[in-house]
Amino acid sequence: MRSTILLASLVLASTALPAVAQHSEEKLPEFPFTFSGLFGTYDRAQLQRGYQVYSEVCSNCHSMKELYYRNLKEIGLNDDQVKAVAASVQVPGGLDDEGKQTERSGLPSDHFKAPYANEKAARAANGGALPPDQSVIIKARENGSNYVRALLNGYEEAPAGVKVGDGLYYNVWFPGKQLAMPQPLRDGQIDYADKTPATVQQMSTDVTSFLTWAAEPELERRKQMGIKWVSIFAVLTGLTYAVKKKIWKDVH
Amino acid sequence: MPGLHKSEFTNPVANWIDTRLPILTLMSKEYGSFPTPKNFNYFWNFGALAMISLAIMISTGIFLAMNYTASTDAAFSSVERIMREVNYGWLLRYVHANGASMFFIVVYIHIFRSLYYGSYKAPRELLFMLGVVILLLMMATAFMGYVLPWGQMSYWGATVITNLFSAIPIVGESVVTWLWGGFSVDNPTLNRFFSLHYLMPFMITGTVFLHIVALHITGSNNPLGIDVKSPQDTLPFHPYYTAKDSVGIAVYLMVFAGLVFFAPNFLNHADNYIPANPLVTPAHIVPEWYFLPFYAILRSVPNKLGGVILMFSSIALLFVLPWLDTSPVRSTRFRPYYKKLIWVFVASFLLLGYAGQMPAEGIWVVIGRVATAYYFMHFLVILPVLGKLETPLPLPESISRPVVPRIISVGGGGGPMPQGAMAKTMEKP
Repeated sequence: MRSTILLASLVLASTALPAVAQHSEEKLPEFPFTFSGLFGTYDRAQLQRGYQVYSEVCSNCHSMKELYYRNLKEIGLNDDQVKAVAASVQVPGGLDDEGKQTERSGLPSDHFKAPYANEKAARAANGGALPPDQSVIIKARENGSNYVRALLNGYEEAPAGVKVGDGLYYNVWFPGKQLAMPQPLRDGQIDYADKTPATVQQMSTDVTSFLTWAAEPELERRKQMGIKWVSIFAVLTGLTYAVKKKIWKDVH
Repeated sequence: MPGLHKSEFTNPVANWIDTRLPILTLMSKEYGSFPTPKNFNYFWNFGALAMISLAIMISTGIFLAMNYTASTDAAFSSVERIMREVNYGWLLRYVHANGASMFFIVVYIHIFRSLYYGSYKAPRELLFMLGVVILLLMMATAFMGYVLPWGQMSYWGATVITNLFSAIPIVGESVVTWLWGGFSVDNPTLNRFFSLHYLMPFMITGTVFLHIVALHITGSNNPLGIDVKSPQDTLPFHPYYTAKDSVGIAVYLMVFAGLVFFAPNFLNHADNYIPANPLVTPAHIVPEWYFLPFYAILRSVPNKLGGVILMFSSIALLFVLPWLDTSPVRSTRFRPYYKKLIWVFVASFLLLGYAGQMPAEGIWVVIGRVATAYYFMHFLVILPVLGKLETPLPLPESISRPVVPRIISVGGGGGPMPQGAMAKTMEKP
């Protein structure tokens, strides 16, 4: 009896929780990313391809200001490659002896350089729309990895009767179906360093993986620790229950 | 020497301390030999679990505060810095964020336990009221904590909730300006919320202390809801309940770890990873899940002031709950009708939670209103009236002899019951 009550209350509590998850009118296609699931990990080669897509395409408009160039070591770039990537941009240096602002080439310890100096410049260059920062874009959207990948594949001709606004593009996955970003990826747009054929499917999966890593660089470590700690607490549950049984055996 | 405590500790250092400050005697009396009813079920774990939750929140919070910057320009990035650059910062933050949810799950079950087994009834009214104070403090703390990452939901949640006070007649607008420290939610608001968010957990700790002192005066209730009659009804807290609580703590930690390591953002809103922007309102402003039932009550009234009053009274009602319930019997086990009706109440509360996160339109408005009406009817009509109409089942003689005595209760107001079955002051064994 008492266990039924306990169970019932736990079930009720758990059914209350999924109610929190947002609901959308159409179901996003679930893609089997390498990092999905309890044991998921990142594919370093894929992250590097994704970084190539990001730096050649996305970074022309989107900033990623929470990341440092040195973070790229985590996706498998070596020290020299990271230094070269950082050195390819000019960043504000200190003041010189006359108090004038100097410029210097980037270092691995610098944040990713933003494509625009400020929000106004970004809007002016993009027809009034602001390309959002991509540091945590995957976490900032419901079911982010699947959403971003679907969005990059979701550009279509607007159906008859739908009037697409000025400077907007039709995309089945965007809320409201019209967004200010033109289709960013087209087949063969990139020459992958590892000679992978650059289809839109391939590039969108790669760059989504890269963006997921950017948003959750701790993911692999987190899941590994999760396996360990959930197992430890499961064993602890068994042990404490056995001890409890032993202590209580003469009561009743 | 007169005035000194006669310590029974044999270790000379322990004895020296205990003679002058009998804190060791106190601990061994209150947590060692403390006589505890022997028939607790696992629902009685949740008080200990709430303590653990509070300890986890304070200990992770202290380290987060060392790395957080309370400024509208830097707050969002400082949280990202914690996630990326601080050693195990992501773990600290995910434990703290999900810890709030775990704390509320535990406390809601703890309150349900009290409602189900009548723990709020005499002589434990004050104990219960202190618990309601803790709930209110928790709500304020959680609300202010959610503002600190300075995402879109932080900003707009703070705007919506603080604006509730503008419903106060005449002085409402001034009160809101005073709360904000300006003319909108801005840097002064973030700064004071951070300060208060750090202060309030210690107020909770103090209230928890009083809650436990009150508990150790009245003694615990138990699933039968009858008073302890003899030492045979009790067991020393240690090792029996330290062992039983440990099982619950291990299960709690397992669930907690599952949430933190595999679904750390499951209970969060994606919008809160978008930096706060006063110029862009999110499509749906939804509070954290633990506020949803009260949010639904707020929205169920078309009038703003009415909604605010109803929402606050839904919690304020709990302060008078011990006097609203007129039944002399504590445990639902011996209340055939209440035993069913309490589940209807639980269903209405869950339904309110569901309605609270749906857009306030169409059928959800109706469902929200019906559930709100039932919530209040439960406290204001069912509890006072049912206690007078319902014939309780015969109560067992004592905890150690859970056999129902051969007394046939006659219909109407309570009927005869064994001595001491009534909710009256427990005599300490």
